[in-house]
Order: sequence, then C-alpha cells, then structure tokens
Amino acid sequence: MAHIDLNNDLPGIRGPMAYRPETAEPLNALAEILLRDDNNTLTRGERELIGTYVSYLNDCFFCQNVHGALAGHYLQCDISQIDAIKDDFRSAELSPKMKALLSIAASVQKGGKHVTAEQIEAARAQGATDVEIHDTVLIAASFCMFNRYVDGLGTWAPPDRQFYVDRAPRRAEEGYQSSV
Amino acid sequence: MPHINLSNDYPGIRSLFVYRPETAKPLNDLVQVLLHDPHPTLPAGERELIATYVSNLNTCYYCTNIHGAIAKHQLGNDAETVKAVLTDADTAPVSDKLKALLRIAAKVQSGGKNVTEQDVSAAREQGATDIEIHDTVLIAAAFCMYNRYVDGLATWQPHNDELYDKMGEQRAREGYGTPPIKVSEMKLT
Repeated sequence: MAHIDLNNDLPGIRGPMAYRPETAEPLNALAEILLRDDNNTLTRGERELIGTYVSYLNDCFFCQNVHGALAGHYLQCDISQIDAIKDDFRSAELSPKMKALLSIAASVQKGGKHVTAEQIEAARAQGATDVEIHDTVLIAASFCMFNRYVDGLGTWAPPDRQFYVDRAPRRAEEGYQSSV
Repeated sequence: MPHINLSNDYPGIRSLFVYRPETAKPLNDLVQVLLHDPHPTLPAGERELIATYVSNLNTCYYCTNIHGAIAKHQLGNDAETVKAVLTDADTAPVSDKLKALLRIAAKVQSGGKNVTEQDVSAAREQGATDIEIHDTVLIAAAFCMYNRYVDGLATWQPHNDELYDKMGEQRAREGYGTPPIKVSEMKLT
C-alpha cells in the first residue's frame, strides 16, 4: 500500500501522477522528449534501454519492467534478452557505442561526479555525439528521480511481468503524455 | 571544463538549459511547480530548503548554493536558517514538521525504498498532509536528478557567494521561467 492515500488504484508512477496532475504534466513531458521524441540520433529502443538499466540499478521493479518491456518492443527482443543485458551489458549483443553510453549511465546512477573524462572519451571514440552523451546523462539522472518517486511513496506494482509486456505496444503507440 | 562542448558561459544547470532547450522546458516547468508556484500549505522557502538540503547530501556545489540563496531570499533574507539546516537539520530553527519532512527527503536521497512507514507516520504526527509528503518525496527525487545532471556533465560551478546571491534573488522574485542574467553582466564586486 502506498505511503499516502492516492485516491486511485493505478499502478506504479501512474498512481501519484493521477493524484497530482500539476507535477505529472512536466514529468510526462520530460519522459516524452527524452525517450520518445523522433528528433534524436539514439533510437527509442536505445533510450528505453538506458532507462531500464538505471531502473534496474536502482532496484525499481515497476520502472525496470515498464521500460524493459518498451525496450524489448522497440528492439524486438524478449524479456529474457532484456534481463541478460541488465545482468551484464558488456557481454550483450549491443553496439560498442551503446555499451559506452550504458557505462556512463551507470556512473550517473551512483552520483554525477562518478562520470569520468575517460568514459566520455571512450564514448566519443565509439562515435557518440555530444547530444547523445548529454541525453544519456539526463536519461540516467531522470530515472534516479522517477525510481525514487515510485519507491519513495511505496506505490503498488503488478507482480506479473507479462502485464508490462502486454501493455508496451500501446504505450509505444500513445506515448507518455497520455499516461494519466 | 564540461564533459561536452556547451557553447555558452552560463553556470551550472543554466548552461545545460541553453544547450538543450527541448529538455530545459519540462525541467524548468517541473521546478517551477515544485518550488515556486503557490502551494496549499508549504511556503516556497521551506520547499527551497528541502531542495538545498538534498543537493548538499548529493554534494552538488551549484545546486546547493543557488537553492540555498533562493531559500534565503524566500525566507526573508534569512541566511542563518539555511546554514543551520545544512549543518544539522535536527537542531535548525525550523518547525518539527519540516524536520520530519527533511528526514523523509534524506531517505529518498539514499534510495526510494529507504522511506519507511515510520518516517511517514512521524511526519503526519507533526501535522504533515499527504500532499506535503508527496511533494517532499518528489522534490527530493527531482534533486537527485538535477544534481546528477549538473555534476554528471561537469558543468562550470564558480565559487562566488555574491554570484549565487544575485542569481538567487532573481529566481526568488521571478521564478524559474525567465532568462538567466549573464555572469559577465552581473557587476560583481
């Protein structure tokens, strides 16, 4: 049960978003621009994967399943493959650029100062642009917010992981702005 | 030097906002509603104190100093309370309710699951409402984002108290949506 009375039984972040639409609006707008906007050289699948990985590091069940299912939907892989990436992205079938960006995201999750000049250089050497590095840092940072919001209020999350897989195509279609 | 070429000389998060206005818009809208817009019960000064406190726990120099300065101005030029909260929140001259909310904020900073039913009950006993608890959690969570964004890209964070005081005075008065003043045009002493 959530720490406060949300006056609804919506799962995960959607509970507090429905409770407080004033803050839901910029939160959804942020997710939309970061993860779904098409004016971006990182694919939607790659950006969802960054969100999934950071949510996994923050141990947020709801977020890693929502975004893992979306990443799987875009990247056309199943949940076991997404789990394998979370478990060990360095051995996964990902581009060297993506691996370098996930390494930066993992440092951001620990704290902004953990990102090193060497990690940035490594990402650049694999072809990452400044905007891609910027967006990786901000996606990782934003999930350090979303995850804390979801778990800090003790929100409810459906335990069946298939629930998230089944909903992903619709979320991919409709985007985040309509999620409340 | 910042990790990427930001092509401007604004400090801290402002350099990132100028670099990428598409993401600046929702980030600014969020901080405006969380910290500046009228709130049913929590004054802007108290909300800024929560933001300052979390930024200090995350050791983000820019965010701690700018929100500390905004808090000071929102609290009626009260630098002492800001300093006391950062030194030891439990003995600072703030209400027992705000102390309980700051304890929740510290738990959020260390990880969402660290917030306990007891933390929430303790805040309720001091009169905290559900919306105050909600906003405390989201302010603390949001600053775990802003702090990481500012430090994760190694933005320029000048050490100059007068600079933060001037920027803080502007934000306390105008809110977050107005353009920043260029550091070179600030007429610092």
